[in-house]
Amino acid sequence: MAADHSSLYRARKRKNAVLLTVSGLMVVFGLFWLAWILFTLLWEGGTALIRISLFTQMTPPPGADGGLLNAIAGSLVMATVGTLIGTPVGILAGTYLAEYGGKSWLAEGTRFLNDVLLSAPSIVIGLFVYAVYVAQVGHFSGWAGSLALSLLVIPVVVRTTDDMLKLVPSSLREAAMALGCPMWKMIVLVTYRAAKAGILTGILLAVARISGETAPLLFTSLNNQFWSWNMNAPMANLPVVIFQFAMSPYADWQRLAWGGAALITFTVLLLNIAARVLFRKKD
Amino acid sequence: MSYVPVAQIPQSLDIGRTTSRKQGPPAAQRRYSWVDAFFRNLTRFFALLVFSLLAAIMVSLLIGSWPAIQATGIGFLFSSDWDPVKEKFGAVVPIYGTLMTSLIAMLIGVPVSFGIALFLTELAPGWLKRPLGTAVELLAAVPSIIYGMWGLFVFAPIFQTHVQPLMIDSLGRIPLLGALFEGPPLGIGMITAGLILSIMVIPFVTAVMRDVFEIVPSIDKESAYALGATTWEVVWHVVLPYTKIGVVGGIMLGLGRALGETMAVTFVIGNAHRLSTSLMAPGNSIASALANEFTEAVGDIYSSALIELGLVLFFITSIVLALSKLLLLRLSRLEGERS
Repeated sequence: MAADHSSLYRARKRKNAVLLTVSGLMVVFGLFWLAWILFTLLWEGGTALIRISLFTQMTPPPGADGGLLNAIAGSLVMATVGTLIGTPVGILAGTYLAEYGGKSWLAEGTRFLNDVLLSAPSIVIGLFVYAVYVAQVGHFSGWAGSLALSLLVIPVVVRTTDDMLKLVPSSLREAAMALGCPMWKMIVLVTYRAAKAGILTGILLAVARISGETAPLLFTSLNNQFWSWNMNAPMANLPVVIFQFAMSPYADWQRLAWGGAALITFTVLLLNIAARVLFRKKD
Repeated sequence: MSYVPVAQIPQSLDIGRTTSRKQGPPAAQRRYSWVDAFFRNLTRFFALLVFSLLAAIMVSLLIGSWPAIQATGIGFLFSSDWDPVKEKFGAVVPIYGTLMTSLIAMLIGVPVSFGIALFLTELAPGWLKRPLGTAVELLAAVPSIIYGMWGLFVFAPIFQTHVQPLMIDSLGRIPLLGALFEGPPLGIGMITAGLILSIMVIPFVTAVMRDVFEIVPSIDKESAYALGATTWEVVWHVVLPYTKIGVVGGIMLGLGRALGETMAVTFVIGNAHRLSTSLMAPGNSIASALANEFTEAVGDIYSSALIELGLVLFFITSIVLALSKLLLLRLSRLEGERS
């Protein structure tokens, strides 16, 4: 065992031990920030979050007490409409990629561009909707906000639909076709069902993503201090209210901003975890 | 992998059609073929829609920024003026801020992501892999405005009182490089934005690195182990060379994310249209200039100049992300050839 004690061997062992320890420390480093952020949210937002007025009162003028009811409602409406527009478009486009497109230029090109869109800066999506919609009709509106959010939903849903449909074994398709089933019926009744959990996961992840998006709403739905169901007018929403209140010098507003921040983050994290649990059951 | 019918029964074979042949296909079959064509074209229409979206964004931004392009010309990209009153606009300050903060983010985020990916693929016991991986992915789920708020109210004050004075005292004394760390500790500024961005890119880069590390055939790794290599040597000399294209692809993906990040940067970068060598000084990035100024911009040229900034940003990120995607595609194609 003389070799074991050679200096080269010991140096290699030492280098290995040091670098692997560093690797473990990197994990700690990464999780440290997550823990710190979540702790801050609980600490600063917790007291605002347990007050019932947060959910029953409107956003207040500076210096007054209030809640975030109109912002929560506006966010829910816009996220719902955005998902309702984006999901069918995404599923149908994803269906083309997985079932019809194969390796054609359209399918390969769409996959490529879709992946670029998936990570494209969301503020540019807001700018796009501003240019094609807000600037044309001349005012900010809830519809514009929903449209911007739907453009963020589409790439996520296209990608997961494509991936999940590709996982469905071809034998299922062949069995349906052999029974004389037309292609559309085979896709709707067989492959969609087989890929249901996966596609649903994608939709949940998309909802989670748009729930916290601020940048695309700044130029589209803007904000509204009052209760409004009018999708054709500026609409209040949590992220923009948080942005405005957090940047303000008023302590009341900042406290509400922390409450909203905690609310959004825990909703989004819950949606993410739900999506994972849903998909894991399938494996 | 789309469905391709293995064989089609030629009409002339006349199988099972003896009764209906003279009247053509039965009514149900005719209706189905109509629905079939409709469904196929419907999905194709939406695929085309997604296909053209990127180009549509480019074109609409180009149209929106046309007044500014006409007014400032190519000088827009090389001027550091930003004076809405005199309608003089130049993109140098925000472009510099965007690139610099992303560079800081990559310098810190990439080694950390590599360490985490290494730990998750090579070191972590099976039961720990999933929860740890999920926890790191949750970093990506936290909305960016939360990073911004936390950065401004919690991180920046601590950074200002405890870390920045140390950096100015130590790094600021290095000749040449020291200029980057000069100035008063403000808490907010380019370096704070870069640090927060580095945390935000970790989950994206880690996810790609982890995925590509897992495709390395175990026989390659086992051979190296059998020759007496340590875990680090296996990672450095076997895993990394095998996956280097994918690793670069992952880094590009993270870079694309960092370049376009808006809210987190807007909170902490300081929003100053000023070019300074020091990273401690407040600056501006393209995305944060847009977030701060766009709704308040008065005058066509001003809004148009901001849209032009957006176009520049979209152009840069699209190229970076396309490059990332191409590299990852190349890795999977190489992988297909090997196996």
